Amino acid sequence: MQNILLIGLNHKTAPVEIRECLAFSEEEALGGAEVLLENDAVGEVVLFSTCNRVEVLLTASDPDRAVNAVKEFLVDFKQVPRDRFEGAIYVYHGDDAVRHLFCVAASLDSMVVGEPQILGQMKTSYAAAVARKSTGAKLNRLLHRAFFIAKRVRSETGIGDHAVSISYAAVELGRKIFGNLEGKKVLLVGAGEMAELAVEHLIRNRSGDLLVANRTFERGVELAKRFRGEALRFEEIPEALAHVDIIISSTGSPDFVIVPSHVKSVMRSRRNRPLFFIDIAVPRDIDPKINRISNVYVYDIDDLKGVVDGNMEDRKREAVKAMRLIDEAVIQFRSWLDSLEVVPTIVALRNRIDAIADRELRRTIQQLGELTDSQQAALLRMKTALTNKLLHYPTLFLKRSGCNADRTGDIDTVQKLFHLDEDRD
Amino acid sequence: MDIIQLITIFLYILSTSGYVAYLFFQQGVWQKTGYGLLFVAFLCHTAVILFSSFETGLFPGWNLYQSLVLAGWAFSGMFLFVRHKFNLKVLGIYAAPLTAAIMIIAVNVPTDTVSDNQFFKSIWVFFHVLVMFLGNGALALACGAGFLYLLQERAIKTKTRGFFFTRLPSLELLDSVGYRCIVSGFTMLTIGLVVGFLYAKVVWGRFWSWDPKEVWAGIVWLFYAALLHERLAVGWRGRKSAIMAIIGFAVILFTFLGVNFFLEGHHGGFTRW
Repeated sequence: MQNILLIGLNHKTAPVEIRECLAFSEEEALGGAEVLLENDAVGEVVLFSTCNRVEVLLTASDPDRAVNAVKEFLVDFKQVPRDRFEGAIYVYHGDDAVRHLFCVAASLDSMVVGEPQILGQMKTSYAAAVARKSTGAKLNRLLHRAFFIAKRVRSETGIGDHAVSISYAAVELGRKIFGNLEGKKVLLVGAGEMAELAVEHLIRNRSGDLLVANRTFERGVELAKRFRGEALRFEEIPEALAHVDIIISSTGSPDFVIVPSHVKSVMRSRRNRPLFFIDIAVPRDIDPKINRISNVYVYDIDDLKGVVDGNMEDRKREAVKAMRLIDEAVIQFRSWLDSLEVVPTIVALRNRIDAIADRELRRTIQQLGELTDSQQAALLRMKTALTNKLLHYPTLFLKRSGCNADRTGDIDTVQKLFHLDEDRD
Repeated sequence: MDIIQLITIFLYILSTSGYVAYLFFQQGVWQKTGYGLLFVAFLCHTAVILFSSFETGLFPGWNLYQSLVLAGWAFSGMFLFVRHKFNLKVLGIYAAPLTAAIMIIAVNVPTDTVSDNQFFKSIWVFFHVLVMFLGNGALALACGAGFLYLLQERAIKTKTRGFFFTRLPSLELLDSVGYRCIVSGFTMLTIGLVVGFLYAKVVWGRFWSWDPKEVWAGIVWLFYAALLHERLAVGWRGRKSAIMAIIGFAVILFTFLGVNFFLEGHHGGFTRW
C-alpha cells in the first residue's frame, strides 16, 4: 500500500544560506521530479520550491527508503553535502503530511502568515507535474483538496485581511530610515510577484520615481509601463545606485547582482544619503557585506520576517480558526483514502463469496441430475439471496464512516478472515 | 527663592518620570505630562534666575552655582524650542533628566564666594554668556540626538527589533534635528565669541589674550566648523556626524568646567566656589 510522505525544509528549520543552496528553479524542479520518479522507492511525486521552502510530496510503499532516496537526490542534484541540510529536514507521514500540505497551501506555514503568493506558486508546480504525468490519483486528489481548502481558509478566516506581508515590513523599515517615503526613488531589479507587491505598496505610500531593471529588457519595459516608471538595462544598475534610495531585488540570478564595490563607489556622489536594499530573492541578489557600509541598510527575506512578527497577534487568533478548517479537511481526505482501500476489499470479498457459491452450486446441480428451468432458476435465486445476505453486514462494517478511526486495521482483519490478501499486490 | 528652586528641581524630576513612563508604556498621555511639567519647571527656573539677579544686582553667571543654573536653564529652554519646532518627543528622555541633574548639582555646590566683579554689571558680558550658553544648550541637544541616532542605527543595522526600534523615530529625523541643532548652536557660538572679542578689546585693549578658556572655545568653534564643512562639502552624515556631535559636546563640557578646574585664566570667576 502506497503511503503519502512529505519531505522538506523551510524558513523555520533552515536559514537562508542553506535554503539558497537547495532552491530549485522551475526547470530544475521538473527535471528533479523526473529523476525522483526513476527511483523505484518513489510512486507519485511533486516538488515545490519557493524562496522559503523546498518540499517533496510523494507516495511510497517503503517510507524509509523513499526518505533516503530524496535526501540522496538533494545531495546529487544540488551538490550539497548531506550533513549541511540533514538537520533542517522534516518528514511527515500520512495524515501529518496531508495536514502540513494544507497548512502550506493555506499560507499558515508561510514566513508571512496569510501571504497570498504561495498558493499560486504551488499551482504552478503542480501544473508542471501534471504535464509530466508525475502525479497519480492520490496526489491529484490531495492537491485539489489543498487548493480548495486554501481558498476556504482565505474566504472564511481573516488570515489574509491585513495585507501584512514582506512589503508591509519593507515599508515600515523604510519609514524608520527615511522618515517618510514621499519622493524616495525606487529601483526594482528583476521581477516577481512579491517584488511587484512591494513596489505597489511603496507607490501607495507615495514614493517617487520608479526605475525597473530586468535581465530581459522587454519585460522590464513592460513592468515599467505598468507602474509608470522607467526601464533600465541591467548593466546600468551600478550607475543608477547614485540616484535611487530604495532598491528591491528579486532576480533568479545565482550570484550577487550588487556587490560592495558598486555601492562604495556611489556613496560619495550620493553625499552619503542613506540607501535601503530589500532583497527578496533566494539565492540572494545583494551581497550581505553591503550592510556594513555606513548609511546603507540591507534586509534580506529572513530579516524582514523579524519586522513582520510584531504584527502577528491577531493573525494567530485567525490561524486557530484556519487550523480547525484544515483538520476537518484532513479527516475528509483520510476517509477518501480509506474508501480507496475499502472498495477493493468489498469487491474482493464479494468475488470470493460469489466464487464459493458458484462452485458449490455447480457441484450441487451436477449431483441432482436433470432439472427443470424453473428449478434451476430457484437455485440461482437462492444463491444470490444467500450471498447478498451474507455480505450485507460485512459490507456495512467496511463502509462504516468511522471519523477518526483508523480503517486500515478493520480492512486488514476482513482480508485475513476471508484470505483476500493474496489476491492483492 | 530657595523654595522656588526646590519646586523647580521637583518639577524637573517629575517631568523625567513622565518621560520614563512614556518610554516604557508608549502612551501619549505620559509624554504630554512630561512635556507640560518641563514647561512649568522652565518657568519656575526663569523665576529663580530673575530673583537672584534682582537680589544681587548682577547678571547671573559669576560663580559655579549660577553658571550651572544658567546652563540648565539654557538647555531646557533650547529643548522646549526644538521639541516644539521638530516634534521630536522622545528627546525629552535625554533633556529632562539632564536638566534635573544639572540643577541638583547646582544646589549642592557652595555659593558663599561673592566675586565683586564689575564685569557682571555689563549687559555685554551677560549677552556674551547667555548666547554662549544657549549655543552650548543646542549642541548638547545635538549630542542627545546623536546618542538616539546611534541606538536606532544599531537596531536597524543589526536587525534586532529591540526595545528602541519601535520607540525611536526615523534616522532621518534624528539626523536632521542633530544637524539643525549644530547649525544653530554653531551660529550662537560664533555670535557669542564675536561679542566676547569686542568686549575684550574694549576692556583689555586686545581681542585675544590666549586665555585657556578662549583657546578651548576656539577649539570647539573650529571642531564644529570642520564638522559643518564636511557635511556640506562631502555629505558627512548619519553615524559619523552623530559620533562627532557627541565628541564635540565632550569638548564643550571640558571647556565649560575642566578648563576652570585645571587651568587658570580670566574666566575663573565663572566657576568659582
